[in-house]
Amino acid sequence: MYRYDEFDHAFVKERVAQFKDQVERRLAGDLTEDQFKPLRLMNGVYLQLHAYMLRIAIPYGTLAPRQLRMLAHIARNYDKGYGHFTTRQNIQFNWPALGDIPEILELLASVEMHAIQTSGNCIRNVTADHFSGAAADEVADPRPYAEILRQWSTVHPEFSYLPRKFKIAVTGAERDRAAVQVHDIGLHLKKNEKGELGFAVYIGGGLGRTPMVGKKVRDFLPEEDLLSYTTAILRVYNLNGRRDNKYKARIKILVHETGVEELKAQIEQEFEHLKGGELSLPEADVAAIERYFTPPALPDRPEGEAILSREAASNPGFADWLRRNLHTHKNPDYAAVTISLKGIGEVPGDASADQMDAIAGLAEEFGHDEIRVSHEQNLVLPHVARADLKALFDRLVEIGLATANAGLVTDIIACPGLDYCALANARSIPVAQQISQRFGDQKRQEEIGDLKLKISGCINACGHHHVGHIGILGVEKKGAELYQITLGGSGDENTSIGEIIGRGFGPDEIVDAVETLVDTYLGLRTGKEETFLAAYRRVGAAPFKEALYGREAKAA
Amino acid sequence: MKLLTANRLIDGEAVWLGEGDVWVETIDKAVVAYDKDDEVRLSAVGLMSLNNNVVVDVNLIDVELVDGAIRPIRLRERIRAEGPTTHLHFGKQARPQAAANG
Repeated sequence: MYRYDEFDHAFVKERVAQFKDQVERRLAGDLTEDQFKPLRLMNGVYLQLHAYMLRIAIPYGTLAPRQLRMLAHIARNYDKGYGHFTTRQNIQFNWPALGDIPEILELLASVEMHAIQTSGNCIRNVTADHFSGAAADEVADPRPYAEILRQWSTVHPEFSYLPRKFKIAVTGAERDRAAVQVHDIGLHLKKNEKGELGFAVYIGGGLGRTPMVGKKVRDFLPEEDLLSYTTAILRVYNLNGRRDNKYKARIKILVHETGVEELKAQIEQEFEHLKGGELSLPEADVAAIERYFTPPALPDRPEGEAILSREAASNPGFADWLRRNLHTHKNPDYAAVTISLKGIGEVPGDASADQMDAIAGLAEEFGHDEIRVSHEQNLVLPHVARADLKALFDRLVEIGLATANAGLVTDIIACPGLDYCALANARSIPVAQQISQRFGDQKRQEEIGDLKLKISGCINACGHHHVGHIGILGVEKKGAELYQITLGGSGDENTSIGEIIGRGFGPDEIVDAVETLVDTYLGLRTGKEETFLAAYRRVGAAPFKEALYGREAKAA
Repeated sequence: MKLLTANRLIDGEAVWLGEGDVWVETIDKAVVAYDKDDEVRLSAVGLMSLNNNVVVDVNLIDVELVDGAIRPIRLRERIRAEGPTTHLHFGKQARPQAAANG
């Protein structure tokens, strides 16, 4: 785990006091809303439909049990008993009173958490692979680099007023689980032929109203140049990014309008000035931060396999869970465990205060005090002995969190949508719930296999629908909700943006439409090993269009 | 037909302008503007409340009467008035008074 140093503690404490004063002045009428709004947004406070919303940063999705317990405490005492984990590895509370927020921030600071830079045109919470430090396919743990970026970017004087928000993601494994190619900067850790660590660097990816896949500008950036090169990118963007139109202000538009080769030349030119200077990462500093992320001591537990074989044979539910919710750990005696926050028919990403407390306890008992938030809105215990999996599963069953659906059709990403969000045009959560119920049967889900379904309630694409194998976008048309479908999107190392397949569907039609798509896939796949995405990439949109729209599609 | 709605400054609660220019927490107690003059008057009260730091995000919204009850035209405003459609135990719909009213 990372730890705050003296600077961090003092800075966050001062910031809380500053915001407390700002809130007091706002409530006393000494600040107008126009004056206050940018100040509250700098502290993660939005105004939504029903109340204020507080977005709290969880850097690279890493949480300690005491932090999760504090989130539970806040949910219970300052909100309505639950929190919502988001695709940016943050948590949002939907109902806090403005007058309580300074107190909430004080509580967060006591466990080394805050809400700074979770909004605004600045560098947002840096995200990373949720299996960092545990995954067997990892080249290196990306979190030390994410932490270096966090420290560098926090209230960075040059980059606190960018043309628009700026998102950075880091992954350290061959398999990209951090969707780096749909971020403003995506960093993919790798080793060169000499065995040295560095990064493939992508810029200009993003979703929203203009979805784009990031362009690779460096195949291998040496580790020591991380901040120099990132600064060069930000500097070129800050100088040249459009400020005349907020919809065209992201770096992806700059890349598109300038051309990646020209922009890359500008970045390299800036980098030449910075390279080898004070932004170079000293090995000793990297090593010091890496020590924060030293994996826990994992004693040998070879008895696990025998326990699992025996228990799985007599407990099909446990066998299902083992098959779906485990990820291979570096240490063969251990596994990384996904705790699904997608119970059948439930709200994706929501966790109650009691569930948060319980998971904190499970992390202490079975998970070496570590919890991760995934960008897919689940929680992860990254280091669990295989010998303890049955005991963990039993406890998860008791708290209703043993759903064996990681990566299946019911493991849906959904933004808060019109039920909460002031920007949304249509609801997302009820659509997710209905699809989850329709496909809730475990055998049917497993027959369908890996399928990423993502739902957004507006064009801003917080539900990442563009990179869903099946994406659903809610829009408002003539005062009614309408749901457009995209197919073939993917947010992994082979990122693709889904294609809009045709006219949208009403709220009462969308679940049937998804079922039609799934049935079409089942009918045309070459075998169970061909996933929905692979089948779509092989056959294209035509059979899916025909299944959805019949003769109308053929005529088109 | 229109209503004036806003969010209360201190806690963000969705409110509507009611009789006596008092902000009320349920839409059924809101004052309806039937013509332009009414709308102008409500808007002026809203601006004053905004300037007095009582509420934020003041808007006139379209409503209709359904079986004698006020119903916003837009789903967004119906959700603001009642609560999330998926969490029926949150929002105004979960309040004892709302439950008693059926």
